[in-house]
Amino acid sequence: MAKLSKRNKALSEMPLKVSAPLGGALAILGLHRAIPMLHGSQGCTAFAKVMTVRHFREPIPLQTTAMDQVGTVMGADAYVVEGLKTICDKQQPDCIGVLTTGLSETQGSDIHRTVKEFRQRHPEHAGVAVVAVNTPDFSGGLESGFADTVKALIEQLVPDRNESHTEPGRRQRQLNVLVSSALTPGDIEVLRELIEQFELRPLIVPDLADSLDGHLPENDFNPLTIGGTAVEELALMGDSLATLVIGPSLYPAAQALYDKTGVPNYYFDSLLGLDPMDNLVHTLSQLAERPVPARLERQRAQLQDAMLDCHFMLGQQRVALAAEPDEILAMTRFLQAQGAEVVAAVTSSRGPALESVPLQAVKLGDLADLQQLAQEGDAQLLMGNSHLANIAEAMALPLQRMGFPQYDLVGGYQRTWIGYRGARQLLFDLANLVLAEHGKHEVRPYQPRLRQQAADLTVHSGDRHGHATTTARA
Amino acid sequence: MQPKDIAALLDEPACAHNKKDKSGCAKPKPGATAGGCAFDGAQIALLPIADVAHIVHGPIACAGSSWDNRGTRSSGPTLYKIGMTTDLTEQDIIMGRGEKRLLHSIKQAIDGHAPAAVFVYNTCVPALIGDDVEAVCKAASEMWGVPVVPVDGAGFYGTKNLGNRIAGEAMVRHVIGTREPEPVDPSLMPGVTVHDVALIGEYNIAGELWHVSPLFDELGLRVLATLSGDARFHEIQTMHRSQANMMVCSKAMLNVARKLHEQYVTPWFEGSFYGVRDTSHALREFARLLGDSALANRTEALIAREEARIDALLVPWRERLRGKRALLYTGGVKSWSVISALQDLGMEVVATGTKKSTEEDKARIRELMGDEARMLEDGSPRALLDTVRDYQVDVLIAGGRNMYTAIKARVPFLDINQEREYAYAGYQGMLELARQLTRTIESPVWQAARRAAPWQRGE
Repeated sequence: MAKLSKRNKALSEMPLKVSAPLGGALAILGLHRAIPMLHGSQGCTAFAKVMTVRHFREPIPLQTTAMDQVGTVMGADAYVVEGLKTICDKQQPDCIGVLTTGLSETQGSDIHRTVKEFRQRHPEHAGVAVVAVNTPDFSGGLESGFADTVKALIEQLVPDRNESHTEPGRRQRQLNVLVSSALTPGDIEVLRELIEQFELRPLIVPDLADSLDGHLPENDFNPLTIGGTAVEELALMGDSLATLVIGPSLYPAAQALYDKTGVPNYYFDSLLGLDPMDNLVHTLSQLAERPVPARLERQRAQLQDAMLDCHFMLGQQRVALAAEPDEILAMTRFLQAQGAEVVAAVTSSRGPALESVPLQAVKLGDLADLQQLAQEGDAQLLMGNSHLANIAEAMALPLQRMGFPQYDLVGGYQRTWIGYRGARQLLFDLANLVLAEHGKHEVRPYQPRLRQQAADLTVHSGDRHGHATTTARA
Repeated sequence: MQPKDIAALLDEPACAHNKKDKSGCAKPKPGATAGGCAFDGAQIALLPIADVAHIVHGPIACAGSSWDNRGTRSSGPTLYKIGMTTDLTEQDIIMGRGEKRLLHSIKQAIDGHAPAAVFVYNTCVPALIGDDVEAVCKAASEMWGVPVVPVDGAGFYGTKNLGNRIAGEAMVRHVIGTREPEPVDPSLMPGVTVHDVALIGEYNIAGELWHVSPLFDELGLRVLATLSGDARFHEIQTMHRSQANMMVCSKAMLNVARKLHEQYVTPWFEGSFYGVRDTSHALREFARLLGDSALANRTEALIAREEARIDALLVPWRERLRGKRALLYTGGVKSWSVISALQDLGMEVVATGTKKSTEEDKARIRELMGDEARMLEDGSPRALLDTVRDYQVDVLIAGGRNMYTAIKARVPFLDINQEREYAYAGYQGMLELARQLTRTIESPVWQAARRAAPWQRGE
């Protein structure tokens, strides 16, 4: 629906885009005992690591092939093999994700052939799953890098039904769940609990709620992820009853899973707000052949009540939004369902969700574009990542942080947006931001020119009845 | 950048590390490497110059994950906080449109922000496809009359440290010496000879330079420029007129101090503003290098007053910190300069990391900690945590990268590196250091995090 207006300036100022390899690394971090390795110069990894550490406030396993001058000019395939071997020798992980970068892709390295070479030369590490993904920095962004990596996980680690003889529905209570980068660990945790309420067993890929939820583990140091989808579980996906796929960016990955396993897909653009949640709960109830639990119905009624309470603050509120495509779609629908208007929407890169966004236009651009569009649209509220804080301050507008990175507050990674309760809390938070601005939008006081002025008053000694009176001086 | 230029930068005669067998830094090992690249180092070194438009020429990863990401503060312009990048696309790279995009980007930055200068940071992809960044900068500078400085530090050239030097080299080649300093107004300090000095490698993290700059003002030392904390472009231009330079707490831009000495015979010394003793020492060094006895007298008077003042203020903090054991893991000069700060607080430093320290640094460590000083070469999280356990360390003091390692191991932690949010320099900084140390060491949360639940304890 929305028209995508392309980049029309040379320089990107205050970039919104986060690179594709970082998105790819995030997807790998949702597997248990895993570690991503970026094939590029060591800075590619260092920058991604610092950002991810600051967002999650967790130690983040992330390695590099450390391409130097020699490797860049003469070829760096040997660096990939050496890097894989080093990690295998030292950490014996369950899975290594090898992600390319702008440097290795420009150089022309063939990552898939190189991983095969590693397999031939190091059969002793055959037990370690290695997934190779092309994630050049110069194409796509966080969402596409994440989605491409989930697709690669499925293509490279889920066995074909003809070979493994998996059977859709053999495990009658098992559901595959593919979750896009738009969902936080807090979201995924709630999604798991919701599915379990229907006595179903979710097999979530990738499960960031288990690895990056910020918990204190027993042992003091872990060089690999401390939770996430178990790699051997991927082999069981073909036996599931159905696959739920959340977020349009993952629809191609879901198609790949269907092609391999024949497990039917159920598509959900988003789980944000009343209608999307009704859709999910209804689907779960049907798949599970269980009634909707009474407490879910109560939560639904609570959300409805909150929608009524908050429409006074949020109705016709003009919101400016900067986010990844899946988030733009989800948040626009959510805000519109509450009667708010999205007056500016800026996204970082292309994504399948953008076609469905119910807006005139979505701008492919940076935060300078958002600032300009927000000004033109007379926005009253900004939504986006922590980089927006300076803009919000300059524009004197409230900011609801969302997306990646959120480094200037604690717990952004854990915020729950989905579910009836998540939507209710979001409504309260947005409405409170608006309420806090209240004084700014009151009628400006007006002093009538002809009004009696206190300075002009004189005290008379008394009137006929003996009372002191005041009259204006002539 | 030509290989021979990189080799020349790696050969730093003023650095004690500079031996044939280990010129510069060892090749990083794939799969077991931490730390930034040359671009990272170059950008970090210059980004604090606040009125410059800093353009990163490359695909999104380089700027996208690094802009607005440092604790450096400016007392005026905030242009440095606006992340700028050419954000190269696949089409730019395939069709060779990078140079054109860069030229237009420089124009856009000049038109939109009227910067004092534009710095263009080269990165891996344009370096690999051969964009002539230097030529584009030269052309842009001529076309629009604004200095446009190429900083050719692509990531694959080497480590962060090399990037620092590349940045310093760019300043020496293109910026320093291009303007004469403004004359000093004699009415500002009647009867006092004002000397011009410069600080190299001070980044004004969390504004800590401002703990020290009032002292310089009082002594009649005009800081011509800081490379690069809270600096302005026009200040860096005049650095060649400095009469004495201080290398602050880092070997990173040693090449700048050396070249200014070679070209302008400016004397320099290596010092630190961490700790009471080191701050006093640095001030005395300036007086000594400048050879002004009146300045020396003023310096001694100031030191006596400030030391007495801060000593009184630190009394209650010393009581709380006395005997507490610290493990220090940080780079180079800080491996000894922070030791003296901690000892000034009455703490015991059980070990210090020396992976990036020189023999000279190590000699100073022995001076401070005695001959049995434990020096950690291995800075892996495992090695650090083992040391913490073996020596019953009360607090780990290290860079932000190790923060969550410490947290997961339930070890009190203090961030000493660039991302930190508190200012520890100068006399006044010692108070903040003490406050932050007690905040983590005395916190009740460590006990809570180690405590098992009642049902796990079998109660």
